[in-house]
This record gives sequence, C-alpha cells and structure tokens, in this order.
Amino acid sequence: MRISAWRRLLGEGSFSLVVMVVVSIAVFPFYWILTTSLKTDHELSLGTHGLWPAAWTLQSYVTLLAQYNFLIPLANSALVAAGTTLVSLVAGLLTAYGLVRVVPRARVAVLGFILATAFFPVIAMVGPLFFVYRDLQLLNNYLALIVTYLIYALPITVWMLVSILGQIPKDMEEAGMVDGATTFQVLWRILLPLALPGVFTAAILSFILSWNDFIFALSFMTDPARYTAPLAIVNLGQSQYQVFYNIIDAGVVITTIPIVVLVLIAQRRIIAGLSAGSLKG
Amino acid sequence: MGAAASPEAELGPVRPAAGRAFRRWTMAGAFLAPTIVLLVAIAGFPLAYNLYNSFLHLVLTEPGTERFVGLANYRQLVASGDFLQPFIRTSFFTLVSVALEFVAGLGLALIMHRRFWGRGLVRAAVLVPWAVPTVVSGMLWKNMFDPGSGFVDWGLGALHLPGATTAWLNGVWTSWTVILVADAWKNTPFLALILLAGLQVIPDDLYEQARIDGAGVLRRFRHVTLPMLKPAVLVALIFRTLSAFLIFDVIYVITGGGPGSATETLSYVNWRAFLVETNFGYGGAISVALTLIALLIALVYMRVLRLET
Repeated sequence: MRISAWRRLLGEGSFSLVVMVVVSIAVFPFYWILTTSLKTDHELSLGTHGLWPAAWTLQSYVTLLAQYNFLIPLANSALVAAGTTLVSLVAGLLTAYGLVRVVPRARVAVLGFILATAFFPVIAMVGPLFFVYRDLQLLNNYLALIVTYLIYALPITVWMLVSILGQIPKDMEEAGMVDGATTFQVLWRILLPLALPGVFTAAILSFILSWNDFIFALSFMTDPARYTAPLAIVNLGQSQYQVFYNIIDAGVVITTIPIVVLVLIAQRRIIAGLSAGSLKG
Repeated sequence: MGAAASPEAELGPVRPAAGRAFRRWTMAGAFLAPTIVLLVAIAGFPLAYNLYNSFLHLVLTEPGTERFVGLANYRQLVASGDFLQPFIRTSFFTLVSVALEFVAGLGLALIMHRRFWGRGLVRAAVLVPWAVPTVVSGMLWKNMFDPGSGFVDWGLGALHLPGATTAWLNGVWTSWTVILVADAWKNTPFLALILLAGLQVIPDDLYEQARIDGAGVLRRFRHVTLPMLKPAVLVALIFRTLSAFLIFDVIYVITGGGPGSATETLSYVNWRAFLVETNFGYGGAISVALTLIALLIALVYMRVLRLET
C-alpha cells in the first residue's frame, strides 16, 4: 500500500518535471530576448555574464521607435494582414455558402483544388508574381502583398467555414427565405451570426499567417518605408562592428506581442480550428 | 439578376428544370468565382508561367537577349551541381528535422492529452512558438547561440561543459544544429496539436478493453494508440515534410546560406536565382523541379493514406 503510494508520487513528480522542462524550452528563449532587449549597448558588448541584465534600460525601444521608426513597419504589417483577412473572409464565406448550399456536388472537387494550392511551394510563386507586379507597377504596393497572402489565408478559411456552415441546419435559412429575404440577406443576417465563432477563428488564423510572412515581403517590398515588421527586423541593428541584439530583440518583442495576445485570447479556438481543418483532409 | 432570369423566361414552362439548373450554376459561379479566380491567379498562373519561362533565356539585367533556349536551363540545372548539392542538403534537413519533430511532437501530444492542473497554460505556452513569425524564431535562436551575447555558450561554460567557446555559425554542422533547433522549436507544437487531436478521438473503451485483456502501458500504446493515430500521423507528416522541404526564412535569417554555401537549400537557391541573379528562366526551371518534388511527396503520402484506410 505504502509502496504503491510512493510509486504514484514518484510518477506524478517525474511527470511534473517533464512538463516543467517542456514549458521552459518553449518560454525561456522569450525570456532571453526580453532581457536582452533591456540591456545597455555597453553591457551587450561585454558578452553574457548572467541570467539577467546588470542594468535595465528602455534605450533599445527608444532607439527602435525614434531612430528606426519601427512603428511604420508595424503599421504596414497590420494593414496588410488586416486587408488579407478581410478579403479572405468575404471570398471564403461566399465560397463556403456556395459549396454547402448551392452546389454541394462541386464540394469535393473545389475543396480538393483549394487544398492543392495550400501545398503549392511559395517560392515558385515569387518569380512569376514579381514579374507581374513589376509590370503592373505594384512593387512596394500594399495591394501586392494583400493579394499574395491569400495563398496563406484563403485555403484554411474556406475549409473552416465549409465545416462550420455545414453544421447549421437548413431550416434556419428556409424560414428567412419564406419571409422574402434575398440569398445575400439570408447569408448576412441569419448564417453569419450563427457562424461567427468559426469566422472569428478563421480571421485570427488568417491574420497570424499573413503577419508572419517573410519571403513575399522580402521579394516585393524594396522600399524601407514599405517594409513589414519581419522584414524590418532582419534589417535592424546592422553595424560593421557589432550586432546590436538589444535593438533587434526589442523589435522581436514588439512584433511578437500582438501574436501572443491573439494566441492567449483564442487558444482553444485556434487548436480546435487547426485540428478540425487538418483531420478532415 | 436580369441576365440570370432571362433564359428561364424564354424557355418558360417548357423546360423548367433546365432553367432552374442554369440559374443554379450561374449563382454557384458568383459564389465560387472570387476564390477560384484568386487562387488560380496567385498559384495556378505562376505554375504555368514558370514552365514557360524555363524554356527561355530570360535575365532582367540583360534586356533584349530574351530568346527560346529549349532545355538549356534544365541542362544547366543538372550539370552545374547548383541543384544536386542543395537537393541533397534539403533532403537531409527534411529527414532529420521531420523525424526529430515527430518524436518530440508525439511526446508532447501524449503529455498534453493527460489531465493535469495547469494544462491550459501549458498548451498556450506551447502554442506561442508556433504562432510567432519564422523570422522571429530564427532571430531568437541566432541570438541564443551567439558566442558573445547569447545564452548557449554561456550556459555550457557555467556548467563546465565542452563547447563553451563555439562560434556556431562558422562551422557547417554547428550551423545546421542552430537551424534544426530553431525549426524544431517552432514546428514541434504544430505536430503535437495535430497528434493531440488524433489522440482525443480514440474511444476510451478500446483502452479499457485492452486493459481487461491484460495489456500493459507499452502494449496498449503499440496496439491501440499507434494504429488509431495513423490518419493524424500521416496528415501531420505530409504538412511537415512539405514545409521542411521548402525551408527558406530560417536559412535566410540565421546563416544566409553560409558558411560558404553549406546551408543553401533548394528554396534559397531558387530565391537567389530569381531576385539576386534576376534569372527568371533558370529560376523558373528550379521552381518547376521543386513543384514536381512537392507533388511527388504529396502523392507518396496520399498513396500510403489510401492504402491504410
């Protein structure tokens, strides 16, 4: 009796230890960039001497915002990600409604096509789209990124909305139709409110995936005034003598905060959305 | 509205079914068109354009020299070693990273599947690395491994372990180590979440039955968990294998392909052909090859998935 109790305790103890190690691996690098961003240039140049800064300063953040104008890339990223999210939701809702209610027979083929585009190598899009955007004079234009980022956002949005709309019983809309509402009114007033949790999840995932892009921004945005946050980070703190990780990390921290907030708000939904989207494939 | 209604009015009561079908398909077109047109424009068109360009000599910095060259770009691809070397590197990276992340992800999924105090917090902590930009995870680990202001070398020194003065990005294998760590840190959570979803749909009765039959923990894992988890495993592996094979951001941020060209992957070589050398014919040929390889990977997994179910 006592031995089994001890064994249980030992099992629980080692399990807790494993959990703590896992959480540390996930979180510690964030602690490191946060503390590095709060170090002085002088301390940084001396190299690492401990787990926390000798002196704390917000100087890197001041430099980042005042000298590097980091708010501009942040605003660019937010604008482009929001634009993509909006377009993706509108196109995605229409497509999901069409596939669930209007032509269910086309569902397998269209979803298959959309899934295939999600697997398309993004690097193969870079060359041809660069050519087209150059000819259309859309390089350094937000529109180029908003449209291109749909390759990240649209497939997952359509897949999630099809699964959500598919669960809504048909009677709800038929009641609306009888009242003389048009298809779009039914979609807007009856289906959208019911599907709102799914729309919300799709919006958050679209925003995160667009916010995180690097390769397209690197290829289509050559004017520093149009850099997105990830692109700006790569160009931060470059000096011929020293890499200023405190300034880079200040940028990393600021770019990461919106994502962390979104994840904490919608953790459950993101997990449910990701797993539903992938396991139905 | 009028255009959609007129055929029905013309045909009137004679062929009502055909009229309704027509209206249905025009309506379907209106609903489906935005998505399909957009996806064809940004993914389908580049595919065709790459294929076309790959038969041309097309270099932006040499205006007026555009001409049809047949298979010359593909011959250069095979002959120059520009493709074979990066292909071997990329395949090596894909194998190692996917195997590593799969084992870690399965462990993580089994942990998160258990009920314990603070599970929600653990899930959130694990989800954050997945959600941050790849540039962020790359920069973060580049900083962690920095010999001066990093953590790893200092930590090794503090524990009196060997390697405390390693300049990680100067060596080939140490560079790959940094890349693998950064990649695994960001992508293991994704694998874990998919596998966790797979674990959660396994009915408890199966475990109960196995327990009654006298199966221990390991045998239950081997004979109940693993077979039931197979669909989730394949979905997770197909996503990860493809994205690992196309790795670009982490390489660009951490090593820039160096030292020398030791960590240049296929996507990296392709990007350089497009935007540094502005050689859209040769770049197009690399893109075509990459697309074919991605297709092949997807087909192999699909085949396995179909055989299993």
